[in-house]
Amino acid sequence: MDLKSHISVKNLNVYYGAEHALKNINIDIPDRRITAIIGPSGCGKSTLLKSFNRLVDSIEGVKVTGEVSVDGENIYGPDVEITHIRKKMGLLSQRPFPLPMSIYDNVAYGPRIHGTKNRKVLDETVEKYLKIAHLWDEVKNRLNKPASKLSIGQQQRLCLARGLAVEPEIILGDEPTSALDPKSSRAIEERFMELKNDYTIVIVTHILRQAKRLADYVVFLYLGELIEHGPAREIFENPKEEMTKEYIKGIIS
Amino acid sequence: MFEKRIFIDRTAEKLTFLMASLSCILLVIIAWGLLKRSFPIMEEKSLADLLLTSSWKPLKGNFGFLPFIMGSLYVTAVAMMIAVPFSILTSIYLSEYAGRRIKNAAEPVIDLLAGIPSVVYGVWGILTVVPFVKYLAGLFGVFTTGYSVLSAGIVLAIMIFPIIINLSTEIFQSIPLELRNASLSLGATKWQTVKFVLIPKAMPGIIAAIVLGLSRAFGETMAVLMVAGNVAQTPGSLFDPAYPLPALIANNYGEMLSIPLYDSALLFAAFILLGIVLVFNIISKIILLRITRNTQ
Repeated sequence: MDLKSHISVKNLNVYYGAEHALKNINIDIPDRRITAIIGPSGCGKSTLLKSFNRLVDSIEGVKVTGEVSVDGENIYGPDVEITHIRKKMGLLSQRPFPLPMSIYDNVAYGPRIHGTKNRKVLDETVEKYLKIAHLWDEVKNRLNKPASKLSIGQQQRLCLARGLAVEPEIILGDEPTSALDPKSSRAIEERFMELKNDYTIVIVTHILRQAKRLADYVVFLYLGELIEHGPAREIFENPKEEMTKEYIKGIIS
Repeated sequence: MFEKRIFIDRTAEKLTFLMASLSCILLVIIAWGLLKRSFPIMEEKSLADLLLTSSWKPLKGNFGFLPFIMGSLYVTAVAMMIAVPFSILTSIYLSEYAGRRIKNAAEPVIDLLAGIPSVVYGVWGILTVVPFVKYLAGLFGVFTTGYSVLSAGIVLAIMIFPIIINLSTEIFQSIPLELRNASLSLGATKWQTVKFVLIPKAMPGIIAAIVLGLSRAFGETMAVLMVAGNVAQTPGSLFDPAYPLPALIANNYGEMLSIPLYDSALLFAAFILLGIVLVFNIISKIILLRITRNTQ
């Protein structure tokens, strides 16, 4: 498996006040693969994910040291314009958070804030990404209705389309199916499988079977420390660390 | 024991229902009382005559309320024009930009502002705002005593800052962090997030906060009475004196009641005041309903 690195983490430490949430993480996230970050709750999975697009910044009292490089550029460097970094990544959160506007405006939001005004271009963008998210047929006749009127599963697919519409290279998913019913979860997983040829996908999940279904590469965190990482098959079939073995068998959780 | 707690439970329901209905009934009682006492003047004069004429000569039997209604509307409008942008921007700063330390320092100060008695605002208005307005008018070549629509508007605006700031800060803070993150993660700047996501999301609450401030401003009596000038004519500019409805009632009720219909006229003024505040509230409810239907 060719594992060209897309996101490269060096000596990353994150503190929430006195709490040391991530301890000296070093890792390379492979390009155009699905990477799953697994581990028990509270181990720092979401923190690691949010440090990739610097959403950790918005948490009061947070301190970050070390480097996270995206396409070779350290996003914690002094001269970084953070909006450009974030534009490279789409985010799916645990619960879908549609913006308080219509379905159309939700998808058009990203392109608009980055300066696209041409209505025709926006129309095409909205249609294209709603189709990729497999939502177009369900909403094409009510694009001007508030996004909050959609079901939760549809909202999550809308959030996927919204994230893709800024044309990112990376998709980050923070337990993106945890609030969804099985059918909607499967729809999101299927989209990820389709998208992984064109995007680097990183998901946080506490569902081991989901990680097995989706992941090419697995990162196992425990209490803020990186225990083991490697190609999914190796981690699941032949883990090197005792702790990984126990977690996969369900002994620790 | 079993019977007793069931009995208490039922009594509790009835008691709480009684108290809840009492507060609703109270509004009806007050409105009815005012209306009843203003019947004498309404039998004498047509509603158009009372509301749309400007001559206020109680001794001659002329009761035109237009100057007072316009005075109230002008003063309140000026207050809102100052208070709304100032308060909303302040609450955006406090909830979105300020660190915890600044927020913890600012909030008690704003609360204190709300606790200052209105007569103190009035005195302060006479000592600082009135001379300032007089000076300001001088720059435009206008002569005024300083007791004016603008003075009253400024004092009122300061009085309603805390109401609007506190409520809208709370509303902004009740918006989940993830919604901000959804916008930020698309590469939006903080201000874009505030403008396109947070303000629309908070709009129903902001409108409620504004209406609360508006009702307060409209009904505020003491501070306004001290700085507005109290001349019974429709103000023609910001530097003209005004005579708002609450000031009219407070200045005159209980005096000169030997003049026929005077008492009834003042209670009619109170009824108009109540009516206008109710109309504000109803309009805001309608706006609110529209907005929630379209965005939330």
